[in-house]
Amino acid sequence: MKRRREKIVFFLALAATISVAAVSLLCIFIIIEGWPLLKNVGFTPFLFGTTWEPSQGKFGILPMVAGTLAVTFGALLLAVPLAVGTALLLSEFAPKRFASFMRPALQLLAGIPSVVYGFFGLVFLIPRLAALFGGSGFSVLAGSIILTIMILPTIASISEDAIRAVPKSYREGSLALGATSWETARRVVLPAARSGIITAILLGLGRALGETMAVLMVTGNVATFPQSPHSPVRTLTGNIALEMGYATGLHRSALFATGIVLFVLIIILTLFANWTRGRAS
Amino acid sequence: MRRIYKDKLSVGLLWLCGLLSLAFLLLVVGYIFVRGVGAISWEFLTAPPRLMGKEGGIWPSIVSTVYLVTLSLLFASPVGVGAAIYFFEYAKNKRVIRYLRFATEILAAVPSILFGLFGFSFFVNFLGLGWSVLSGSLTLALMILPTIQRTAEEALASVPKSYIEGSLALGATRWQTMVQVVLPAATSGIITGIILAVGRSIGETAAVLLTAGSSLATPNSLFSPARSLSVHLFILATEGISNQRAYATSLLLIVLVFLINILANQLRRRLSRRSA
Repeated sequence: MKRRREKIVFFLALAATISVAAVSLLCIFIIIEGWPLLKNVGFTPFLFGTTWEPSQGKFGILPMVAGTLAVTFGALLLAVPLAVGTALLLSEFAPKRFASFMRPALQLLAGIPSVVYGFFGLVFLIPRLAALFGGSGFSVLAGSIILTIMILPTIASISEDAIRAVPKSYREGSLALGATSWETARRVVLPAARSGIITAILLGLGRALGETMAVLMVTGNVATFPQSPHSPVRTLTGNIALEMGYATGLHRSALFATGIVLFVLIIILTLFANWTRGRAS
Repeated sequence: MRRIYKDKLSVGLLWLCGLLSLAFLLLVVGYIFVRGVGAISWEFLTAPPRLMGKEGGIWPSIVSTVYLVTLSLLFASPVGVGAAIYFFEYAKNKRVIRYLRFATEILAAVPSILFGLFGFSFFVNFLGLGWSVLSGSLTLALMILPTIQRTAEEALASVPKSYIEGSLALGATRWQTMVQVVLPAATSGIITGIILAVGRSIGETAAVLLTAGSSLATPNSLFSPARSLSVHLFILATEGISNQRAYATSLLLIVLVFLINILANQLRRRLSRRSA
């Protein structure tokens, strides 16, 4: 009896360390595979090089870094006001019945597979953008819009939790001092929920940075610097997914090295999110 | 007076945000429903594809998806729930817990394409499993592990302290309390997490494409390559094979996610009713 229990506890302890093992292995293998490129080409020409032509031995990913940043921040610019506005509406102003309908709807929106969003962008958004602005329609803007729809539910639902967690007494105090309900929401509730909302935005940012398929289906994937919201771009994730199928040798190593850059970005983001959450509590 | 107008205007803007968010959902779901519903038929669901998916059905992808999802759950659930129990019951060293937690957080934040790269390098090449159902489901298992672990932790933590104290007061050991009181009370929460993980593995594309491949044949062993529904949709759409088939596949995926959400909500409602 006792022996059996010891075995179970041992299994439980083992299970608790699997995540650590997985993260370590993931790091090790991506670094090992990416190392030949960093050794042969060098870190600076890789990260700051402006030409990506694997057949010519040119492995500069700066245009893709720019592409990722453009698409991601475009999405945040659109999604944050919409999502925080929705969260504020649901927790402070909307009738209960509307809110209890909207919450599961947002949950559904969050659960739809990203490739479905990509396909929707391809068949619905791209032709309309092309008709409106000329060109092919495949662009930073298309990527940002699709990402907006994808990260909106994440930011909205986590922000709403944060806003709901603000004590009722804050609102009552503000209203009793003669503030209108909007003034209360804007000047009392929102500032009190600020760190929770920032966490929500960082999570949305992480999802946008890492999204692959949906974005590559609508951005056109040209590895050049974006000149305007209407120029086609390639993201870091898209670069890996597009070329992994046929890349060999140094080229394949370059794709793993792109993965290292992405991994470092995500770790920085997670540390930052932890830091803001730690400051909040 | 001006303050009241400002109040009304601002709340109106908030309504605009909320309704616009809702409009996105209706637009995506509605558009795909209208275009896809006509193409869904018994034959589409049960026949193998012909001409790379231009004609015929999606049966092999349905089988592949079921294999990948079931296996990844079989791998990830015991580990995720086990880790949650360990944190809840045994882990006392605060610093160690903090490191283990941080690893879970990183794992949760890692983009799926990186899981794909890792799965390709480790499972497919290093362990020599090839593009296969096994490589794909092991990769997916790592991806959904943090979701399962975190929801299981929350479910365990939400079991009322009085249950535990009552059980201990009656003379049960900590272990008996865990198995016979805490775990049963946390079950529906744990299952909710597992269901959410199912949703994530159904929708995953990049990681599956790099580790399970994209073969159109129905997999007949753990080592056969497989093409999941999401990967099939991706290929149909990006290679311009058949928009009509792609609409139907999208619709099927949305319906699956919808059913999963309903199931998870039902369980959560049961959970909150009991603890109320």
